[in-house]
Amino acid sequence: MEQATARPAEPLDGIIKLAILAVGGQGGGVLSDWIVAVAEQSGYVAQATSVPGVAQRTGATIYYIEMMPASGRLPVFSLMPSPGDVDILLAAEMMEAGRAIMRGLVTPDRTTLIASSHRALAVAEKIVPGDGIADSTDVRAAAGKAARRFIAFDMERIASEAGSVISASLFGALAGANALPFDRSVFEETIRQSGRGVEASLRAFAEAADIAGGASPVETENKTASGANEPSGPVRALEGWAVLEARVGTLPEPARDLARRGLVKVVDFQDLAYGAEYLHRLERVAATDAECGGAAKNHSLTLAAAKHIANAMAYDDVIRVADLKTRGSRFERVRSEMRVPDGAVLHLTEFMHPRAEEVCGMLPAPLGAWIESRPRLFSLLDRAVNRGRRVKTHTLGWFLSLYVLAGMRRWRRGLLRHRKEAAHLDHWLDGALAAAPRNYGLAVEMINCRRLIKGYSDTHGRGLSKFDRVLGMAPLLIDRDDAADWVRRLREAALSDEDGENLEGALATVRSFLDERQPPA
Amino acid sequence: MAERSFAREVEQLRIGAGEEFRGEGILAITKALLQCGVGYVGGYQGAPISHLMDVLADAQEILGELGVRYEASASEAAAAAMLAASVHYPIRGAVAFKSTVGTNVASDALANLASGGVTGGAVIIVGEDYGEGSSIMQERSHAFAMKSQIWLLDPRPNLPSIVKAVEDAFELSEASNTPVMLEVRIRCCHVHGSFIAKDNVKPPYPVARALSAPQRKTDRIVLPPAAFAHEQEKIARRWPAAVDFIRHRKLNEFFGSGGPVGIILQGGMYNGVIRALQRLGLADVYGETDVPLYVLNVTYPLIESEILEFCGDKSAVLVVEEGQPNYIEQAIGSMLYKAGERVVLRGKDVLPPAGEYTGQAMLDGVLSFLREHAADILPARHRAPNRNEDRIDVPDLSKVVPPRPPGFCTGCPERPIFAAMKLVEGELGKHQIAADIGCHLFSIMPPFEIGGTTMGFGLGPASNSAFHGGGEKRPISIIGDGGFWHNGLTSSIGNAVYNKADGVILVVDNYYSAATGGQDLLSSRADNKSKSTKHAIADAVKGIGVNWVRQIDRTYDVAKVRDTLKEALLTPEKGPKVIVASSECMLNKQRREKPILNQAVRNGERVVKPRFGVDEDVCTGDHACMRLSGCPSLSLRKLDDPLRDDPVASIDQSCVGCGNCGEVADAAVLCPSFYRADVVHNPGRFERAVARLRERLVSALQARRARRRLSFAGY
Repeated sequence: MEQATARPAEPLDGIIKLAILAVGGQGGGVLSDWIVAVAEQSGYVAQATSVPGVAQRTGATIYYIEMMPASGRLPVFSLMPSPGDVDILLAAEMMEAGRAIMRGLVTPDRTTLIASSHRALAVAEKIVPGDGIADSTDVRAAAGKAARRFIAFDMERIASEAGSVISASLFGALAGANALPFDRSVFEETIRQSGRGVEASLRAFAEAADIAGGASPVETENKTASGANEPSGPVRALEGWAVLEARVGTLPEPARDLARRGLVKVVDFQDLAYGAEYLHRLERVAATDAECGGAAKNHSLTLAAAKHIANAMAYDDVIRVADLKTRGSRFERVRSEMRVPDGAVLHLTEFMHPRAEEVCGMLPAPLGAWIESRPRLFSLLDRAVNRGRRVKTHTLGWFLSLYVLAGMRRWRRGLLRHRKEAAHLDHWLDGALAAAPRNYGLAVEMINCRRLIKGYSDTHGRGLSKFDRVLGMAPLLIDRDDAADWVRRLREAALSDEDGENLEGALATVRSFLDERQPPA
Repeated sequence: MAERSFAREVEQLRIGAGEEFRGEGILAITKALLQCGVGYVGGYQGAPISHLMDVLADAQEILGELGVRYEASASEAAAAAMLAASVHYPIRGAVAFKSTVGTNVASDALANLASGGVTGGAVIIVGEDYGEGSSIMQERSHAFAMKSQIWLLDPRPNLPSIVKAVEDAFELSEASNTPVMLEVRIRCCHVHGSFIAKDNVKPPYPVARALSAPQRKTDRIVLPPAAFAHEQEKIARRWPAAVDFIRHRKLNEFFGSGGPVGIILQGGMYNGVIRALQRLGLADVYGETDVPLYVLNVTYPLIESEILEFCGDKSAVLVVEEGQPNYIEQAIGSMLYKAGERVVLRGKDVLPPAGEYTGQAMLDGVLSFLREHAADILPARHRAPNRNEDRIDVPDLSKVVPPRPPGFCTGCPERPIFAAMKLVEGELGKHQIAADIGCHLFSIMPPFEIGGTTMGFGLGPASNSAFHGGGEKRPISIIGDGGFWHNGLTSSIGNAVYNKADGVILVVDNYYSAATGGQDLLSSRADNKSKSTKHAIADAVKGIGVNWVRQIDRTYDVAKVRDTLKEALLTPEKGPKVIVASSECMLNKQRREKPILNQAVRNGERVVKPRFGVDEDVCTGDHACMRLSGCPSLSLRKLDDPLRDDPVASIDQSCVGCGNCGEVADAAVLCPSFYRADVVHNPGRFERAVARLRERLVSALQARRARRRLSFAGY
């Protein structure tokens, strides 16, 4: 949290002007009503207005309040906030704070900006196949410059933990920041008089008020413990693990942390022998890396490989999904996330949609391949199995089915899916390692392209196709100094939309400069 | 039942003379109507008028006591037609709707009403949904006033002024036998303020009396030759009568003192102009200013004598008139020219020629006008051109802050319909799709991007008419239940039947007029004491002659919606194919059910609460589910795992367990990471025993496997 000295806003012209920027559904109207009530209780005249209309439906909305001490005469208040003319701005979400700054509603001569630092993602951020989440850092930087005083912390979390909604914690922050010349007790009384969820609202109010007032520290976010993933299990397995873990120490230092995480992931996926396979592959990469002078490049090749080989080896097959869905740790996590009270019963339904591909993938490789090579048989099988299944994991029958499927992992190596995945992995890794001596940077980017493969069915197919198209460019670029840049750009383009339109555009650019270099026919 | 309950506001409608009314502007108007002895009220919901309709709907008892007839009209046309009661009878009546969309719909009735004129005061309250947050095209109600010759009031935006304007409107209407339009802007409708109330007045001539002693005058009916006479009468008799009334009753206001320049403004612009003057140091917080202001609380007709008098001693005048074209500025220019005045007229040359007069626009416009024409009255710091001394170096955020247009609410039953359409698009290719007006229009935004035009309420299918002859692929049109009953049944469905249209019509039925705040309509499933509900859309569609009708009773069944849509697109059957997709608006459903369920949990009853979750280990971060949802509760989470580059799906506490995520995952064959968690509160003894047994066995199996393998903390 950033903040300067706490003192009430001094309105420039005798009128306190306060704007609330919120996302429809956040309770901005309630907050606005509360603030008016506090002002009126404190001997002020206040006017609130809003444009609730259709923007209420999850869009960006604005509420505006003006107030001044009552004198018997009615002041003339404005019905909308103006740039450069706002004393207090409450933003119920970080990007809405950014929007307020963009609109000029936050100015260094007068504006106290109180914002919840959490993010409510906009649709545009969510639908990007890669990482489309807007970065709040720029907003924070801008707020630091634009606001006279800037107070920001996660008020959504405070509200949620108190069992209330963000209007309560924003109201608390406003009171605690001492931005208005009104007593905290009047704020609290207003909540009491609202009559609904009073206790929870007061809790959220108090915590936010204390933080905004500097009375309690800002709690840093409780991130899920990334911990050391300490192992437990049979003694012999633990001994085997110790041997593998020791091998991580022989890898280049920068890659060790990721390599250990990767090792945990693949051993968790299959077994210790699979972990050994992972290390074997990684050691091969490290050797090439060393030969190609990777030491001068922070061993980027090994580092990238440590991540992506682990992801490639821990592919999502039926066994993996069944395993993850039946674990005790998963049951505990769901119970806590769903806040199941004592005495209540939890039912779990999974949404699965197996197709013939998944069934063949679960068969011994020769049999699976035999069926796949017979289109009529394959489509017959597909017709038999391809349908959505509501898997009720809490019932014994379904749990046992998944449990048995998860237990098939001991035979996994002989199954068709594994053969395919292993072959694909080796082809990709061989290609990158072959490129490394000629173009180290390109090899690193080829490894990183593994990120393109994700999702199921059609989504997976589109990802694979993008992966193939991007990597297909690599051999053509290999002698260029900017090859790595181009492959990175192609990958980013591929991750920016679903249909691959941006990727096609980027590919066309690459082809155009490759063609220019061809001698005329 | 509307989205919001107005029980508390309704009580305020009862207060008597001398008591203080506190609340929104639009509710002050409601109270003012009762104080004026109104005999009947009608209207059609839509921001910013909805609250007026909702309060009246909740105030049946008071209206009954007073003998006031209230109708939730089927459309703005129906509302305007209701004013016919004031043609022959001395009954005061008022209708309300959103403008300019509603005024467009109502204009047939308004034109006829204005032609014959009225005996009782007839007031049309138009809520201007203009500028920021507006959901309609930007037009002016002023044009309707001019073309039909209806007087237009535009009061200053504070509660006492708008309440007075309601009273003035009735009197003006009666004095000039002309309907009067009262224009209130959206922020004024939602402004919180107070006024001193008067007693409610029973209508002196109740509507029931008209039925006992019916009256008619042939010369008031719009048919030649009477219609020709009406045209003359408007100019020769009604206009002068109105001008006299407005002048004598001083409906327009003058502020400020004598000065070389002045400002003529619409009443609704008053607070904005004062704020600009306050910021320039030319007005105090109470609006006291030396700058002469002529405030048009009546913007049509203009009072020529007042205008000439105001301009007579000035060198320059600024007209502050929001919206375009600049009718008032043109009219004033014409008056000044004809009168041979030399005053300089400024308006949309210093103010923005189009768009909302925001605080900044007003400040800039007034400042540049004064600099040019009266620089000496400006404080020194405003006299010289701005040197940008206040510029602050704030980083550009336009590339960072994502747009946030409105969209479907959490758990909205319309989301799965468009998810299904998206799946059909994937299978059969893109289709020509016409959209309509209502929440479902959010389909045009990401992630769905479905629908190419919106031509008017209930006109979605009609707007596809040109394509109804058929071709390689059938056209699809969408219409909501609101639009369907507004006029869609005839204009869209009947039209398609009669013209043998070979297209697909999708009726989105969410049990309410949802976008306007959840008012009931004919097909609502709720019991409504004062209205007749439960008239099935499918029955109406069949009744009007559609043979191919499919009713879907749970829109969340994405596969069913998808398959029904495919069937409609591919069936050899000719003629319109109508699919009625019905599920209750989630916002209203939650409002209705949540308190009941919570109480049931507290009472120890068995209650199942569903919510969805995502197994983040299974989710690969491809976000395919997002592209078929856009639900606010389905978001992304960055994992604290350096092995994972992309954020994974995550469902927050606000999930209402609508089922869309699971259905979409199934129908679109997405990853198996979604799960539904049903928390059974207060389970029965047997159920608890079964659950305990299951848990014991499951735990034993889990422990067995954990003993035989390596487990890692955090996995």
